[in-house]
Amino acid sequence: MLKKSFFGFLKPWITYTPPSKKPVVPKELPIPAKLTFIIDTPYTTTANTLLKPSAPVKACEKLRVYPEDAAYAIASAGGNILTVESFLGPFGRKQTLVTIKADPAAEMDETFAQAGAESSAAILTDHLECLPGNPRFHRLNNSSKPISTVLIAAADGDVMLDTRAQVVNNRFDAVQEGIHRLRNLTGIEDIRIAVPKDFIHGYGHIGATMHFVDTVYPAALPNRMVQQVMGVTVPAGKTPEDLGILPISVEAVAALADSFASNRPTGRKMLTVIAPDGSRQIVSVIMGTPIGDVLAACGIPVSEGDRLISGGPMTGTPLFSLDQPVTPDMDGLLVQAGDEIPSYTDTPCINCGDCVRVCPMRIQVNMLIRFLEARQYQEAADRYDLLSCIDCGLCTFVCVSRIPISQYIALGKHELALAHSAEEVHE
Amino acid sequence: MNNPKFVVSPAPFWHDGSSVTERHLHKIYAALPAVIFGIGMYGVPAIGVVCLSVSMAMLWELLANRLMARPYSIGDGNAALIGLLFAMLSPATVPWWVVVIGTFLAIFVGKQIYGGIGGNPFNPTLIGLAMVMISWKSIFDFNAALIHYDFGFNMAYPLSMIKQHGSAAASAYNWYDLLLGRQSGGIGSTFSIGLILGGIYLMLRGFIRWEISLSFLAGVFLTAAAFHGANPVKYAPPFIHLVTGYTLIGAFFLATDDSSSPVNFLPMILYGLGAGILTVLIRSIGAYADGVVFAILVFNIANPLLDKIRPAAVGKVNDHA
Repeated sequence: MLKKSFFGFLKPWITYTPPSKKPVVPKELPIPAKLTFIIDTPYTTTANTLLKPSAPVKACEKLRVYPEDAAYAIASAGGNILTVESFLGPFGRKQTLVTIKADPAAEMDETFAQAGAESSAAILTDHLECLPGNPRFHRLNNSSKPISTVLIAAADGDVMLDTRAQVVNNRFDAVQEGIHRLRNLTGIEDIRIAVPKDFIHGYGHIGATMHFVDTVYPAALPNRMVQQVMGVTVPAGKTPEDLGILPISVEAVAALADSFASNRPTGRKMLTVIAPDGSRQIVSVIMGTPIGDVLAACGIPVSEGDRLISGGPMTGTPLFSLDQPVTPDMDGLLVQAGDEIPSYTDTPCINCGDCVRVCPMRIQVNMLIRFLEARQYQEAADRYDLLSCIDCGLCTFVCVSRIPISQYIALGKHELALAHSAEEVHE
Repeated sequence: MNNPKFVVSPAPFWHDGSSVTERHLHKIYAALPAVIFGIGMYGVPAIGVVCLSVSMAMLWELLANRLMARPYSIGDGNAALIGLLFAMLSPATVPWWVVVIGTFLAIFVGKQIYGGIGGNPFNPTLIGLAMVMISWKSIFDFNAALIHYDFGFNMAYPLSMIKQHGSAAASAYNWYDLLLGRQSGGIGSTFSIGLILGGIYLMLRGFIRWEISLSFLAGVFLTAAAFHGANPVKYAPPFIHLVTGYTLIGAFFLATDDSSSPVNFLPMILYGLGAGILTVLIRSIGAYADGVVFAILVFNIANPLLDKIRPAAVGKVNDHA
């Protein structure tokens, strides 16, 4: 874990871990005995569900909970459904968890191969929504906010991660082919790729405008990346998509090429596994693999009281069980030993101002936190720029009082969004 | 599968390891050279004042926590620091009951009634000190208080002397005597070199904001220079203002109190400069020999207003434009 430097008057300077100079051959994990998929649909009734226990599932089959739902998962391997259960995602979001007993002899689903022959943009949302890197292609279809630029993120957003860098290093041809495919399918000419500044290789012609992003955290978080590549600031409370910019992971672009080459949606993704001692391994893993299997394959023991994190140390999300699967958006799997976990306290803000100096968005965090603690979310947004926050976590990282500032901010944004959507319903 | 239980908490998962206790402990460490020098000079009475002040401040803190049914906060070191600073500002001869009352006022009136650490609009030490100073003037008149001490150097309180006699009095002091602490004053406020070294340490480590300290000193120096330039006979040269009275302890330990000072760059500069200017105004044309206490308290009031001068957040949408 990073500690404060002796010369504390300097701003903390967290640099992204430089990518390994030589391409690392990822350790390939086999198809596990059990696979789990999360579908972003609430599991309300068993009546008309498409997912029946013990029903067979073809490899690469689209899994939907109810026929009328748009949300789906792709079974990266075939088998038989073991269980279908309700699952609580972030902020109590109701989702469905499907567990499959893998069967290597399962049939292959051919619907993608058939759809792929036609080559229309609909294939992106219909079959490739769950590619590794979580491209969320449905963002292309919002008619009120047409996308004019695709911004491929080849720089890892969080520190310690090496996933996207490895994709560019190892799969350059696939990335090039993916960019070509993406341009043909979407008709978007303006495709840009953002790579770390210290990462200059002979890239040749990749088919996209190349831009460099700074190597000091949080330069590679989406909003900051948009600022450096496009030269525009994402206004508070808006997303890059609102400006017609679609940030997308480079892994999804490579996977797009793979999917067309192999005639099936790619189910394998790269993952940076970080042990408590900070050592990193790159693994290639079938999505849906329980993280317990991944950790066992990497030889990282975990015990009670440790912390498992999907993503990196600054912006990741915590995991609560070894049964939770590798998801399309999981770029890193970080294990923290129990005695390494910094504790939060209920000490009030002492107004030291470290958070104000470290904030990349120039937010008055010391004032913001006072409003958030008092649950004055609207005031916090109007007067102290709650919605400018990009969730980089630096304020919480340096907080002398050890206030869970980022948690307050996340809660504030969530409550504000709830209040606004309730108002819209009321109108 | 038999699943162990994991710690689940929101991002970020790293912390730089700083803490409130560490911050206050280091402020205490930085003050120690000046305190030890004072004890060496005044002996047992100074030890008595320091010990009583620190322990009473901590006791009042404990009592306040108890009365207000709040979590115990003496572990954060803030009460000890307040007590130590109170002792450093007091003469060695201060009676025990003044220390008891002063620390009570500092902890209760200065800090706890606003909700404890972080809520105080004024520097708690200065609130306590200002109240007892106004109430019992003679106790904090260093010339009267330290009349029985003779260390073989000029024991007349420099600020009283230059207020009455101007530049003529200033020539009675050697610059190296003033730097080495050979002057009369509070227990921990005379050893200039020690205070400067402590201040540099705190600034480098980031425990205090260098902008405030340096602009405060600049404010004192520039204003004193202006007065001296206007009337070199009546007003002492600026250097003596920097190394006498509470100037140095004020710059490094009092004006930099976290809760009652601004956090943005320009406000910090304005706050420091303003308090420095007001200090010399009080010294030169005000009623008191030393103006640091009141100058900092006045600018504590201005702090919330000053801190409104801030850069716009990135991506701020201005509806009123």
